[in-house]
Amino acid sequence: MEAVKIIGFLCNWCCYAGADLAGVSRFQYPPNIRIIRVMCSGRVDPVIILDAFLYGADGVFVGGCHPGDCHYLEGNYYAEKKIEMAQRLLKEARVEPKRLHLEWVSASEGERFSKIMKEFSDEIKALGPVTFETEALEAACLAAADYRLRILATKERELLEVGNKYGEVFTQHEMDRLLDDIVREEYEEKRILLKLKEPRSVKEIASELNLKPNIVLRHIMDLKRYELVDIHELRDYTPVYIARKLDEEGITE
Amino acid sequence: MTEEIRIGVFICHCGINIGGVVDVPAVVDYASTLKHVVHAERNLYTCSSEGLEAIKSAIKEHNLNRVVVASCTPRTHESLFRATCKEAGLNPYLFEFVNIRDQCSWVHMHEPESATEKAKDLVRMGVAKAARLEPLEELTSDVIPTAVVIGAGISGMTAALSLARSGFSVHLIEKEREPGGLLRNLYKLYPTDELAAEFLEQRIRAVNAHERITLHLSSTVKEVEGYVGKFKVILDEAGVEQAIDAGVIIVATGAKEFEPVGLYEYDGEKVITQLQLEEKLKKSDLNWAAIKTVVMIQCVGARGEVVGYCSKICCMNAIKNAKLIKETHPEVNVFIAHNELQAYGEEYELYYRAAKKAGVRFLRFPLEQRPKVRKSEGKLIVDVFHERLNLDIPIEADLVVLSVPLVQNPDALHLSKLLKVPLGQDKFFFEAHVKLRPVDFATDGIFLCGTAHGPKDIGESIAQGYAAASRATIPLAKGYVRSEPIISSVNEELCVGCGICESVCPYGAIEVVEVDEDKKRARVTSVKCKGCGTCGSSCVKRAIKMYHFSDDQLIAQERAAVTTEVR
Repeated sequence: MEAVKIIGFLCNWCCYAGADLAGVSRFQYPPNIRIIRVMCSGRVDPVIILDAFLYGADGVFVGGCHPGDCHYLEGNYYAEKKIEMAQRLLKEARVEPKRLHLEWVSASEGERFSKIMKEFSDEIKALGPVTFETEALEAACLAAADYRLRILATKERELLEVGNKYGEVFTQHEMDRLLDDIVREEYEEKRILLKLKEPRSVKEIASELNLKPNIVLRHIMDLKRYELVDIHELRDYTPVYIARKLDEEGITE
Repeated sequence: MTEEIRIGVFICHCGINIGGVVDVPAVVDYASTLKHVVHAERNLYTCSSEGLEAIKSAIKEHNLNRVVVASCTPRTHESLFRATCKEAGLNPYLFEFVNIRDQCSWVHMHEPESATEKAKDLVRMGVAKAARLEPLEELTSDVIPTAVVIGAGISGMTAALSLARSGFSVHLIEKEREPGGLLRNLYKLYPTDELAAEFLEQRIRAVNAHERITLHLSSTVKEVEGYVGKFKVILDEAGVEQAIDAGVIIVATGAKEFEPVGLYEYDGEKVITQLQLEEKLKKSDLNWAAIKTVVMIQCVGARGEVVGYCSKICCMNAIKNAKLIKETHPEVNVFIAHNELQAYGEEYELYYRAAKKAGVRFLRFPLEQRPKVRKSEGKLIVDVFHERLNLDIPIEADLVVLSVPLVQNPDALHLSKLLKVPLGQDKFFFEAHVKLRPVDFATDGIFLCGTAHGPKDIGESIAQGYAAASRATIPLAKGYVRSEPIISSVNEELCVGCGICESVCPYGAIEVVEVDEDKKRARVTSVKCKGCGTCGSSCVKRAIKMYHFSDDQLIAQERAAVTTEVR
């Protein structure tokens, strides 16, 4: 078995064809990568990427067409934002974001593909096998599956280029700040939700997750409002909460 | 849908291409231990008729309802295996391809053990996906009975004439002010020695005379939209924009001669290229009284000097020009300094002998010691290294002719981006498969011919022009194409009608409609959907399913890549 496991999601039109050309031309590269063909890099859902890490991938590579070359015109631009979103979530879950790598490779870049494979493989080998707290990555998966981050990852381009409903165009700096805040909030909320698989009080969660109790309470109130969390019991006048049964397709079986 | 999943796995040796590196029997043994796999076998060539028969009989014998082939790339062979499944009564979309050649044996040639382990992993991933495949039905759409041929050189004109004579309208697009391409620069053609201008004139006349061919001169392609059957090509015709609707596109943009600037004292006067020589021969623009010796040097700039490939036509071209000089001016010494000499086939071999008989002298040099051209006291000296004698033979030359390779036109890159078709390592257009689909691109409805695809002589360019036209005729004559049902579909139970999918779809294939009072849902127009799946990865409720690349299929594949699940 190889020391590190890498999964590659390659778009059918450019990067997968580039990998084929590497083969036809016999350009050698390390045998760590397992390739999955998708029609477009824009298809690669952050949920699937994070799930791959959760199941033991040490690195994930996404290969699409060069800007302007996308067979579907703009799929690769969307892919870029989705990958960035997944990287932010990895960071929250304390997994090195550079374990997830996006690259544009054309159908004629067989030699370059093999070079990129070697470089990425070296990088992952240097990082070593991935380590993480299962619940942390599970929370990242849940956050990636929830609507807020999905809207943001998809709308980011529009907000940066065209502007919002009121015609306000965001600068990259503003966007980054906004994303940092929202990604953290979403991640924290999902961590709390997962903690509440077992009955817990605000204080207990706050100490386990190293968060301020008032922040935990605010998240729990939100979760209660979304009907995801109920009060389980009152323990010495302290409410103890519990999550309703999670039923998220494809993430937790 | 409680039918038991029965998967058959077929592992291809591909001769020694896979079997020479990967331990195929071990992969077969491994495959047979996987969940749902009821049959696993290996074939010398799964794509051969025996291999395909083996698939068909196994489907019947073992009552298979999923087929996995581990061999080469789906980009070339998926349609063949799907058709085989269909012939055996299995829905073609219950087939899954695993690439253990391009992604394994060919790229890990020196690590057979790791390659075998990787092949097992890839097969496990393919089986995991196969277990979740669903039967799908193909879609059909109409084909506009018009072709666009880009480039009015000899192969483009051949393709255009062939299509027009088959009854289809053709728009022939040429960037220059007149048609003809490279052939316009030639003097005479081998092996018949007929005049290139006369030969070309006949073709141009036929093109101009044909009622179904519209020739667009001084025209370049600005934009290309659409897909097989319904392309829209936007032209810039002498500054005027024009849109053409067409069902197919043929790329015949040709090549150009490499300019050997800085090599072999090239100056365009006394040291010239073969094309420049032809131009001078054509115009009788050489002062033979002052030319006693002509030296031709082969492989200039080719075979590792500047470009890596052999241009393949320069040998015959040099032989032809040398023979023509010798025949008209027997007193002139004509040398060809060459490394290898390509004069394949009987006709070309006889032509080579005729040149020898006419007195052309051939000098062989090793590729590591190419000839050197130097100037000494106003004279041109060519030093040709003689291998047996192990010394440089200096030849005083009055004219040096460099045989340079054909190279891709600089604007080919732009066109390749517009059409979304690839260029290979040598920058020539890259066919879908060198043997199985030599004039097709991997993209449906786009074909190629002529020197845009690589160096070729006139005969080959013409043959390829006919080939491309014949391939393009298939969708044109049928009038419809079947398109893959790899499209998205909305689960209206989960959809909230937010419209984010509509905003990301590049084809307007998905839109939010009012299904009930105050109830909006996204709907997919199947024929418009091209299957990228960006709507699926954007859907806020994860309510969009991308057929054949669904979340559960991709997750199964990705999990199988990193976890082993043996029965």
